[in-house]
Amino acid sequence: MAWFEEIEVGRVLELGSHTFTSDDIIRFAEKYDPQPFHTDPDAAKDSHFGGLVAAGWHIAAVWMKLMIAARKTVPKEESAPAPDGRQAPQGGPSPGFFDLRWIKPVRAGDIISYRTTTIEKVDLKSRPYQGIIRALNEGFNQDGELVFSFVGQGLIERREPFAGSSDT
Amino acid sequence: MIYWEDVPVGSSFTTAERTISKDEIIEFASEYDPQPFHLDEKAARESILGGLCASGWHICAIAMRLVYDSFHVKAATQGSPGIKECRWRRPLYAGETVKITVNCINARASESRPTMGLTNWTWEMTNEAGDTIMITESWLMMGRRPTDDTPVEAP
Repeated sequence: MAWFEEIEVGRVLELGSHTFTSDDIIRFAEKYDPQPFHTDPDAAKDSHFGGLVAAGWHIAAVWMKLMIAARKTVPKEESAPAPDGRQAPQGGPSPGFFDLRWIKPVRAGDIISYRTTTIEKVDLKSRPYQGIIRALNEGFNQDGELVFSFVGQGLIERREPFAGSSDT
Repeated sequence: MIYWEDVPVGSSFTTAERTISKDEIIEFASEYDPQPFHLDEKAARESILGGLCASGWHICAIAMRLVYDSFHVKAATQGSPGIKECRWRRPLYAGETVKITVNCINARASESRPTMGLTNWTWEMTNEAGDTIMITESWLMMGRRPTDDTPVEAP
């Protein structure tokens, strides 16, 4: 994927879509979040959701799955090695995220399309070879309704060390 | 059943401990976050993270299950509108044993639904050495106690 310097604020990347089948919803929830409205279609009918809904962390994990898949499709020639010989980064760890919203329930059979928009680049005086990329990530259902969003962060390698003095 | 009224601001509990295996880390990452430092021990040792470690989303899911087993399983939980902030402070390495410390920092009744209340929680995941792995702040929707139900002791 791209170096920190090559990523532009405003860049939008469509990540593709995922169908949340009831089997898929139940399999994730039985392991990590077995509240009845995620695991039991009958009990879910009586809940305030009115039917089976995907666990919130399942919706987030599928975003990650599609993000990794999308990164692998970025052409290699876009990112040349650094002058010091380092290869372009394969992604990096994240210090966390902000403002994650589960806006509408994701129900069995829903098809969620995800997209990511770069919103901010942060130089780090303490880490001259890395910068933080912030992105607004969104999920829309088959009716075009926004169901999920969060601001994610990634620590991405720079092609050349940061020489400036601003820091946040 | 634990209702909204039973967990006022200041309520606090700690979940059971759980040891996270290499196999579980690789299984989750294979499906949802296939990056080398979550999948392969050798690649992970050579990476910036220094060893095989769980996906951040796996850390969140593990935390969810630990809190479910201590709280949600016996509480009138109705889902969460979201997470204000989540910080992954250090990696969760294979073989580490973790627990979650949960604190209620704010609460309010729902304005639109008289049978619902909201509670604002921090979750902190720590390892055996007491190192903080993750901190989150989130809201949880809960049912309010029906007038004919007897109160129970919060966890």
